[in-house]
Amino acid sequence: MSRLSRITPFVALPLLGGCNTVVMNPAGDVARQQADLILWSTGLMLLIIVPVMILTVLFAWRYRASNKDAEYLPDWDHSTGLELIIWSAPLLIIIALGALTWVATHTLDPYRPISRLAPGKAVPANQRPLEVQVVSLDWKWLFIYPEQGIATVNELVVPANRQVRFRLTSSSVMNTFYVPAMAGMIYTMAGMETKLHAVLNRTGQFGGMSANYSGAGFSYMNFTTHSVDQAGFDRWVDGVRGSGLQLRRDEYLKLEKPSEKVPVIRFSAVESGLFDRIVQLCAHPGETCMGATMAHDGHQPGSHPPVNDRAPRAGEPKGALLKDPGEKGSSPHVTAPHGQPHGNREPGNDSNRNMTRLELPALPGTARAAQG
Amino acid sequence: MSDTLIKTIFGRLTLESFPIHEPIVLATFVVVALGGVALLLALTYFKLWGYLWKEWFTSVDHKKIGIMYMVLGLVMLLRGFADAIMMRLQQAMAFGANEGYLNAHHFDQIFTAHGVIMIFFVAMPFVTGLMNYVVPLQIGARDVSFPFLNNFSFWMTAAGAVIVMASLFVGEFARTGWLAMAPLSGLDYSPDVGVDYYIWALQVAGVGTLLSGVNLLATIVKMRAPGMTMMKMPVFTWSALVTNVLIVAAFPVLTAVLAMLSLDRYVGTNFFTNTGGGNPMMYVNMIWIWGHPEVYILILPAFGIFSEVVSTFSGKRLFGYTSMIYALIVICILAYLVWLHHFFTMGSGASVNSFFGITTMIISIPTGAKIFNWLFTMYKGRIRFELPMMWSIAFMLTFVIGGMTGVLLAVPPADFVLHNSLFLIAHFHNVIIGGVLFGLFAGINYWWPKAFGFKLDKKWGLVSFWCWVVGFWVAFTPLYILGLMGVTRRLRHFDDPSLQIWFIIAGIGAAIIAVGIAAFLIQIFVSVRNREQLRDFTGDPWDGRSLEWATSSPPPEYNFAFTPVIHDLDAWYDMKSREAARPTTGFRDIHMPKSTGAGVILAGLSAVIAMAMIWYIWWLAILGFVGLLVVAIGHTFNYDRDFHIPAEEVTRVENLRTQALAARG
Repeated sequence: MSRLSRITPFVALPLLGGCNTVVMNPAGDVARQQADLILWSTGLMLLIIVPVMILTVLFAWRYRASNKDAEYLPDWDHSTGLELIIWSAPLLIIIALGALTWVATHTLDPYRPISRLAPGKAVPANQRPLEVQVVSLDWKWLFIYPEQGIATVNELVVPANRQVRFRLTSSSVMNTFYVPAMAGMIYTMAGMETKLHAVLNRTGQFGGMSANYSGAGFSYMNFTTHSVDQAGFDRWVDGVRGSGLQLRRDEYLKLEKPSEKVPVIRFSAVESGLFDRIVQLCAHPGETCMGATMAHDGHQPGSHPPVNDRAPRAGEPKGALLKDPGEKGSSPHVTAPHGQPHGNREPGNDSNRNMTRLELPALPGTARAAQG
Repeated sequence: MSDTLIKTIFGRLTLESFPIHEPIVLATFVVVALGGVALLLALTYFKLWGYLWKEWFTSVDHKKIGIMYMVLGLVMLLRGFADAIMMRLQQAMAFGANEGYLNAHHFDQIFTAHGVIMIFFVAMPFVTGLMNYVVPLQIGARDVSFPFLNNFSFWMTAAGAVIVMASLFVGEFARTGWLAMAPLSGLDYSPDVGVDYYIWALQVAGVGTLLSGVNLLATIVKMRAPGMTMMKMPVFTWSALVTNVLIVAAFPVLTAVLAMLSLDRYVGTNFFTNTGGGNPMMYVNMIWIWGHPEVYILILPAFGIFSEVVSTFSGKRLFGYTSMIYALIVICILAYLVWLHHFFTMGSGASVNSFFGITTMIISIPTGAKIFNWLFTMYKGRIRFELPMMWSIAFMLTFVIGGMTGVLLAVPPADFVLHNSLFLIAHFHNVIIGGVLFGLFAGINYWWPKAFGFKLDKKWGLVSFWCWVVGFWVAFTPLYILGLMGVTRRLRHFDDPSLQIWFIIAGIGAAIIAVGIAAFLIQIFVSVRNREQLRDFTGDPWDGRSLEWATSSPPPEYNFAFTPVIHDLDAWYDMKSREAARPTTGFRDIHMPKSTGAGVILAGLSAVIAMAMIWYIWWLAILGFVGLLVVAIGHTFNYDRDFHIPAEEVTRVENLRTQALAARG
C-alpha cells in the first residue's frame, strides 16, 4: 500500500479539483487507506469508462444521418472478436478490482486490530489499544472509557497515534458511528455489539456524527473528536475525573431518554459493566440480561418459555388489535406537544419522538401555530 | 356519546388528525381540494363520467390500461418532485442559526414520501405502463393473458397511490426513510399512523404489481405470435420478461416482510423489535432481498427501451442480440446475490462483505457489455437524432458515471466511508434518473405516436431534454462532492456554513429539472393542440423494426386483424424488406374480452380496508373485507365476459386504414 500513496496525488488531482474533502484527505491511517482505495478503484474503472464515453460521442457524430460519407452497414450485427473484447475487457477490470477488494476488505475489516499506525510504522508491540465504548442514545453519543473509568457525552477525545478499539451499541434505534477523518462508519444496534479499530495520526478537531437516520433529533446527533497528544489526553482525563458527575445506572436511565442538541457532559466515574448491561438489554432494573437467559437455557433446555410468548411488559406498546377502544389514542396531524418538549421513560410515548420545535411566522390574522 | 363509542366508531381518527395547524399543508390541501372540485365539476359539466367509466376505468384493453398507468405515474411524479424541491430548499437554507422552514416532523415525512412515491408510484407505474402497452403489440397478441386481472392490477396500484396521497391531508406519513427500517418503524418508536400508511399503501399496490407481473409473464410465455421463438423476441419484450420474473420472485418477499412488520404493530409480535427475541437486522436483510432486485426491475425495461431506440434510429440491426439477452439473464440471476452490499457497514465479516462486493461488481460485466452493444449498434449506422435517440445518448454518457460510482460503492472499504453519504444519494439518482427516467422519456417520445397517432412536439421536447440533462448534473454533482466532504444524508440542518454553496447549486439544479418537467407538460399540451400537423398516418413514423409498428396508430382495439407470422428477429423490418402485403380481405370475427367494473370496486374496497386498518376502525375493516369477498366471489359468477367484434366491423376499420395508407401514397 505504500507504493499506492506515492502515485495517489496524480490520480487525485483531476478528481478533486482542490475541494476540501475530508474523505479524501483524512487524518487517520485507516481512512487514508480507504481514500486510496477509492482512487485506485476509480482509476481502474476510468480505464474503460473514458473510452466508452469518447466512443459514444465519436460514433454519434461520425454516423449521424447527414454524414453520407460514413459507411452504412444496416445488417451488420455480429462480430465474435468484438463480442470477446466487450465481455473480456470489463471482466479483466473486475478481476483486478475484485482481487483488490478481497485484499482490502480483509485488511481494513473494522473488527480486525490495525497492523500499522501509519505507512511504514507498525503498531508497537507494547502498545495496548485504547478501548472506547460507544452507545448511541436518542439523540446523542455516550462514550465510556473503561480503562480510565470516565465517560462523556458528545465529546470523543483520543490520543493521536494510538490504536483505538471502539465497541459500539445502541440504546434504541439504529445509528451509524462515523468520524470521516478517522475511519469508515459502522452501525450501532440495540442488543448487538459492533467493533471498529482505528487511529488518528494528526492532532486536531474532527467532526463526528450519526450517519443513519434515527428520528426527529437526528440532525443534531453530532460530536467533536479531539485528537490530542498523550500528555494532553492524560490532562483531559484528569480534568474529567474532577468533574464530580457520576454515571450510575439511574443516571444512565435519565440520560437515555430522548433529548436533542445535548451539550458536552463529562462523568468522573462510570458504573462498571454498564456497557455490557446496555448491550445485553438489561440496563433497566428488573430486566434479565440476554446472556443470563441464554446460559440458563443452555443448562436446562426448555426452562424458559419461548421469548416471544409473553404479555407486553409495563411501558411496552400493545399491538393495535389488542387495544381497548380507550387505548387507541389519536394520531393528530401535528404531533408536537404543546409547551416545552419533554422526554418520557415510556418507549411508545409520542412525546419522546417529536421534540424538534420550530416557530413559523404566523400567518396574518391567525394565531401562531404549534409546530411539530 | 361516550368516549368508548366514539373511539370504536372512529378509531384514532379525530379532528386533530387534519392539518389545521400546518400552514404549508393546509395551503396545499386548499389548492388540491379546489383543483379537485373544479375537475369533478368539469367532468360533470362535460358529461364525461360515463365516457371515462365505460371507455377507461372499466376497460380491460391493455393499451388503455397502459395509458392509465402512465397518467398515474405522471401525476405522482409531480407530487414526488414537489417533495424534492421542498427538501432542496430546506437544505439550501438551514445553516447555523437558520433552522430553515421545515421542522423535523415535516422534513422527515417529506424525504420518506419522496423515496416511496418516486419508486413505487412513479417509476413502477411508468415501467409497468410501458410494458403493458408495448409488449402485447410487440409479440402480436390481442391483449394480455388475463385482461381483467390487468385492470384490477392497475386499480390496486392506483389505490396504493391514493392511500399515500391521503396521508398528506389526514394524519401523516411515515418518518422513517423510504424503507421504514425496523426498529424505528416499530410501534415503540413510530406509534403514529405514518408507518401504517406506508405499510398499507405498499401492500395494496404490491398486490397490483405482483399480479401484473404474473400477467405479463404468462402473456410473454404463452401469447407470442406463431414463429416468434424466444430468440426472435424483441429486446424490450425480453427485458419485460426478465423484469417480470424479478417481480414475481421479489415482491412476495416485500409482502412478507411488511406483513411481519404489521404483525409487530397490530398484534404485538416481536419479529423486528429490539426485545422479546426480535431482530431488526432480519428486517434489513429481507427488505433488501426485495430491494435490490427492485432496482433491476426498474432499470431492465429501460435497457429494453434503449435497445429498441438505438437500433431503430441507427437504422441497423441491434448489435449482439444474443449476448444482449444473456446479459439480461445474468443480471436477473445476479440481482438476487448482492443485497448485502446495502449494509456492508453493519458489521458483517470481511469474507461475507467481499463476497457481496465482488458479486456486485460482476453485474457490471453484463451491464458493460450492453453499453458496448448499443455503442456498436450505432457504429456504421445512420443515426437520426430524434428525441428518443437523444435521450439514449444522454443515458449512455450519464449512466456510465452512475455505474462507475456504483461499482466504487461495491468495494466494501470504500463503502465504509461513502455509505449513507450524499455520494450514495448522488449515485442512485445518477442511475435512476440517468437510467430509468431517461429511458422512460425515450420510451414515451418513441411510443407516443403509436398510442395517439401523432408525434410529440420536438421543440419543447428538446427544451425538456436539455433541462433534464443539465439540471441533473447541476443538482447531483454537488452531492457527489459533498459526499466526499463527509456529509451524510437525511440531514435537516447543517452547522458548517462552507457547505451551503453546494446545496444552493444543487437547488438550482433541481429548479432546472423543474423547468424540464414543465417543458414536458407543455410538450404534451402543444403536441395535442398541433396534432393535425404532427399526425402520422402510416403507423410507422420512425421506420421501426418490431411488430408494434406494423399496425395502425393508434392500434385498433384488437391490435392485429390477423395474427402475424414471424420469420425474423426484427419482424416488421423483415416484412417491409420482403414487401409483405397487408391483408385487406377475408376478415373474421374477433373474440375479445369485455370490460368490467369489478377491478375498480375491488381496489376501492381494498383502499377502504387499508384506511380502516390504518385508523384502527375495526368494524369498517371487517365490513370492507366481507364486501371484498362478496364482490370477488360474485365476479366469478359473471359469465358475460367476452364478445365478438363482427367481421364487418373489422373490415370497416381495416378499409379505413387501407384508404388512409393509399391517400398518403
